[in-house]
Amino acid sequence: MNYNTKSPWILHYDGSSCNGCDIEVLACLTPLYDVERFGVINTGNPRHADILLITGGVNDQNIPVVKQIYEQMAEPKVVVAVGICATSGGIFADCYNMVGGVENVLPVDVYVPGCAARPQAIIDGVVKALAVLDEKQNAMKK
Amino acid sequence: MLAIWIIRIILIVVLTPIVGGLLAGFDRIISARVQGRKGPPLLQPFYDVLKLIKKENIEVNKTYKFYVYASLFFIILTAVIMLMGGDMLLAIFVLTLGAIFFAFGGYASQSPYSIIGAERELLQMMAYEPMVLITAAGLYMVSKSFFISDMISQAVPAIVYLPAVFVGFVYILTFKLRKSPFDLSLGHHAHQELVQGISTEYSGRELAIIEITHWYESIIALAFVYVFFATSNPISHVFAVLACLVVYFFEILVDNSTVRVKWQLALKSAWIVTGVVSVVNLMIVSFFKF
Ligand code: SF4
Repeated sequence: MNYNTKSPWILHYDGSSCNGCDIEVLACLTPLYDVERFGVINTGNPRHADILLITGGVNDQNIPVVKQIYEQMAEPKVVVAVGICATSGGIFADCYNMVGGVENVLPVDVYVPGCAARPQAIIDGVVKALAVLDEKQNAMKK
Repeated sequence: MLAIWIIRIILIVVLTPIVGGLLAGFDRIISARVQGRKGPPLLQPFYDVLKLIKKENIEVNKTYKFYVYASLFFIILTAVIMLMGGDMLLAIFVLTLGAIFFAFGGYASQSPYSIIGAERELLQMMAYEPMVLITAAGLYMVSKSFFISDMISQAVPAIVYLPAVFVGFVYILTFKLRKSPFDLSLGHHAHQELVQGISTEYSGRELAIIEITHWYESIIALAFVYVFFATSNPISHVFAVLACLVVYFFEILVDNSTVRVKWQLALKSAWIVTGVVSVVNLMIVSFFKF
């Protein structure tokens, strides 16, 4: 039995988002949604995190940051792209410095739609990510 | 006789973290309820640890992991000494050794965050250590022995003679349980400020060990509270356990209703409380009783 699904620790990184998706991510922690019910902890430390939640697209400046954060996380790890910006660059896609969605830099496991992504959708995305996490854990054992 | 001893030691080593983990789960539920949330299941701390054990082990350098195991070893030793009714002074010194090894781990992992965490850990030790020693001294004055088994077999509970020392001890218990306002060196809630201090570079199994060490520490800290209430009367042990629970509940409330303070205030306030209560209380005890 894997306990990843029972205790997903999340690291939240704000790429070049408008901050709309970020506050929705934090809304998940409020008493209304209370993701700690499922054992979710919002850590600030990549070494401790299982799930990397990225909001907003990637631009030229934060590519090394995003990569470094990802590399510092311990296996098994998954990436969840929250919001349209993280998926494709969204309304910022045409900006001169934008590279586009997170997938251009990291392997993204789950995409969460919405502008801004609703807390329900984010929680749903995290639950989907847990299935991927479980698979990766099983693959690690072999 | 020897067999009984060994069985008791094994029971202590196995049961202490289980009780400590349950207490941590209870803590998280109560904290969530205080904030108007439902909170995680009671067994959440165990799920966390079981998950961490299976995770990848990232190695920052060769030595920093050793300190976590050394710390765990000394903390277990403390738990065994205390719960077997051994010498309280010895227990306190071994406990300090465990804490120091933990701070070494912070220095050895070389991350700026963990070094800040380690420095704060040492400051915390400076803040709480005098009070721990004075607690032992006070208990000695009351029972004329440093052995915990003697301290808990007096006719009158120590709290009667040492109420102020008890208050001082509960004050520094916040340091020991790593609760706000004194969770300076590492805390589950110290996200953005110091990225979890000493534990910054630890991942996987070592993080699980840190968690388990903390469970032992919580029980050790509550064992001190227990000594204040237990007497030769069997009923008093029930009261002592109740007192531990009440104190722990109180600490959870304090944790949720305060914010982290600067180390200057933590150090000063701890020393002022220690100085005032210990001097007053120990003077009164030595004046009236002996
Ligand atoms: S998806 Fe919308 S709300 Fe989210 S970061 Fe982009 S623009 Fe903002």
